[in-house]
Amino acid sequence: MEKLLADSGRILLLGNEAIARGLIEAGCGVAATYPGTPSSEIGGVLDDVADKVGMYFEYSVNEIVAMEVAAAAAVSGVRSFAFMKHVGLNVASDAFMTLSYVGVRAGMVILTADDPSIHSSQSEQDNRYYAKFGLVPMLEPTTPAECKDMIIEAFKLSEKLHSPVLVRTTTRVNHARGAVNLSRPKKMQKKGVFEKDPAHLVTVPANARRDRIDQLERIKKAQELSEISPLNYITGSGSDGIITSGVSYTYAAEYIENAEILKLGFSYPLPEEKVKKFLQRKSRVVVIEELEPVIEDEVRRIAQQNGIRTEIIGKRTGHLPRAYEYTPDTLKALSGILKIKEGAQPLSSEIKLPSRPPVLCAGCPHRSTFYATKKAVGKEGAIYCTDIGCYTLGVQPPMNCADITLCMGSSIGTAGGFSEATDQKAVAFIGDSTFFHGGIPGLINAGYNKHNNLVLIILDNRTTAMTGHQPNPGTGRDYGGIESPPLKIEPLVRACGIEFVKTVDPYDLVAIEQAVREALDFNGPAVIVSEHACPLLRKKEGKLEKKLYEVDREKCIGCKICLSKFSCPALSVDNGKPLIDRTSCIGCGGCAQVCPQNAIEVKQ
Amino acid sequence: MKYGIQLVGVGGQGVLLASTVLGSAAVSEDMDAAMSEVHGMAQRGGSVQCTVRIGQDVLSPLLSQGEANVLLGFEPAETCRNLVYANKDTYVITNTVPVVPVTVSSGLEEYPAVDDIIKAVKSSGVAKLIALDAASMAKEAGNAIAANSVLIGAMSAVPGFPLSKEKMLSILLERVPAKAKDVNQKAFEMGYEAALKCLSPQ
Repeated sequence: MEKLLADSGRILLLGNEAIARGLIEAGCGVAATYPGTPSSEIGGVLDDVADKVGMYFEYSVNEIVAMEVAAAAAVSGVRSFAFMKHVGLNVASDAFMTLSYVGVRAGMVILTADDPSIHSSQSEQDNRYYAKFGLVPMLEPTTPAECKDMIIEAFKLSEKLHSPVLVRTTTRVNHARGAVNLSRPKKMQKKGVFEKDPAHLVTVPANARRDRIDQLERIKKAQELSEISPLNYITGSGSDGIITSGVSYTYAAEYIENAEILKLGFSYPLPEEKVKKFLQRKSRVVVIEELEPVIEDEVRRIAQQNGIRTEIIGKRTGHLPRAYEYTPDTLKALSGILKIKEGAQPLSSEIKLPSRPPVLCAGCPHRSTFYATKKAVGKEGAIYCTDIGCYTLGVQPPMNCADITLCMGSSIGTAGGFSEATDQKAVAFIGDSTFFHGGIPGLINAGYNKHNNLVLIILDNRTTAMTGHQPNPGTGRDYGGIESPPLKIEPLVRACGIEFVKTVDPYDLVAIEQAVREALDFNGPAVIVSEHACPLLRKKEGKLEKKLYEVDREKCIGCKICLSKFSCPALSVDNGKPLIDRTSCIGCGGCAQVCPQNAIEVKQ
Repeated sequence: MKYGIQLVGVGGQGVLLASTVLGSAAVSEDMDAAMSEVHGMAQRGGSVQCTVRIGQDVLSPLLSQGEANVLLGFEPAETCRNLVYANKDTYVITNTVPVVPVTVSSGLEEYPAVDDIIKAVKSSGVAKLIALDAASMAKEAGNAIAANSVLIGAMSAVPGFPLSKEKMLSILLERVPAKAKDVNQKAFEMGYEAALKCLSPQ
């Protein structure tokens, strides 16, 4: 981390670390986020260094609050940054759309980290549409080095235009690593002065109508700046023409020969003149971009408006796919059109290999909760409404504890809907952080509207685990020199109008099963708080007290119920009987409680 | 010169650490590096892949199929699964110790015999194979957890590898806890020697 704070040097950085460094060099005074892959590591750097560099940083309760916190800073004259994963911008979009009307005084940069190929998300939506939708200028970095440079450039641009600026990255940019040159940081300004300006900032209809015209003026000026921006440039040489942006540029630059490339770093609004001139010089231009044909459609419009007959190849012509991220191999689809570099013949093997999906960790308390819930629900069954977090992995066999997931907080809303639209029991699972993020309105709704068939199980593992163990209101705050106490879930649930609420430790399988039974029998929406700290976090903190369990091979009858029903990754099979892996077992005791022969015992 | 290494394994095996050692060593030698890593959901015990490309003007964080100079597998099934990155001249280094996925232990799928996996790797056309029991070697060095250092050592012995053995070792040791330095150094050396032996004409 010291290297990241140096005044100069050339160091290897993750895209997300380079973004954090860009904020430091730009003198960004306020930053806020809700963690989400692939943007999470930016927060990981900031919660460590913010107070050292004089920045205020917070994990907000959700993305829209993060956006609002950053917006307030920017209208007070403090450079600010709100960052989130692509679907996070859906949550923040209400604030985003109006912020583009009211504008900013100091630079405000919003980062959306998209996830083509859905490595760790629920969709691969293309957030470049948000730039067009909200009329917010957008930059798209390609490499970690560009991540740092474009963050700095985005602040300057935002201040020139008095508009927020969107920086759009993708997984292969956020999670790429490369060499980055450091420069001396600008002086950090954490506090500003808010000057009242209700005529612009209070969006009653009369004001908003004026703001709308200002917004259109700003985006017109942005288009002029895009035209002369050095971030949009032509590189390479050859008769073929390519227009590209983001990580796709790296594939085009390295794997295609004999092509001139128009690389768009300032990609919304497009530099229309530059595109027009490029088209006029080429008989054929290929647009290479991941996901939706955002640039391609604009290029087609520019060609149409200017009467240019250049052939435009891309997704609309069926040459390139819309689904999933691109790789160098994607470009092979263009082999009849462009000169693709030839590589060696790849090898392959016919042997059948087992699949290896991500799983709940050994000793994960969610496994115990799922196991006990299924037992309590019994043969009658239930609709399992799950949510966004590690516990979405409950979808896999043998748990099969997931029937529907839409978005953060949707478990409770959908369970409420099933409770009314069917006569089936609806069991919702939500994590502690997700509950604070988006679950509370759903729960108030369930109490208010009497969704009596709803049982909500809050999987309180005392952290935001999936994204790297960030704190949340339930854990309290202890970073950046600010401390706050944990917010207790049970009283909050009661305050939402829920009469039945019980907190249980899921490592006690009998207790949790009994609690879920009572909740299912209760006439009214009921909540179980299944509380046990994430062992992975405890391990990181050096606080995990391991117990060692062993299988008594004499007592074990080889029924393998522990494997087939509990399926902990610390269990494997040795000569027909289960074997516990000493390095991965943490001693949660789940398998021992599941064993009908009491053949699994504490050894140490 | 552009040199590509595909590192594959299972979440928690140290694939990420090995790729960072490579990248840091390259940057400290004033080379360019373009790498890609897996974070988030994919790390929960699932298959993990990292790409490291070093040399002049490398930009793409991903390799094309068949492009890897080295395929470094931390787990035999994962090595086999990712053969598509290798060509007949690629150095394939694999740990022979399986990590059995839950899909297998819970009885839904089967894990082939390790010998069959190694045979499959060879018959796919791999001519330069270094197969090591990295866990036993690490145990011999003092701690099974140093298996990744065995593999990093083995990679450093590959003919034409663009980073020196000394550089790789020193960057690796910067990244392990002080009390584990001796064990990791020993594990690295054992991997290095074992790879040389594998590659020498019999």
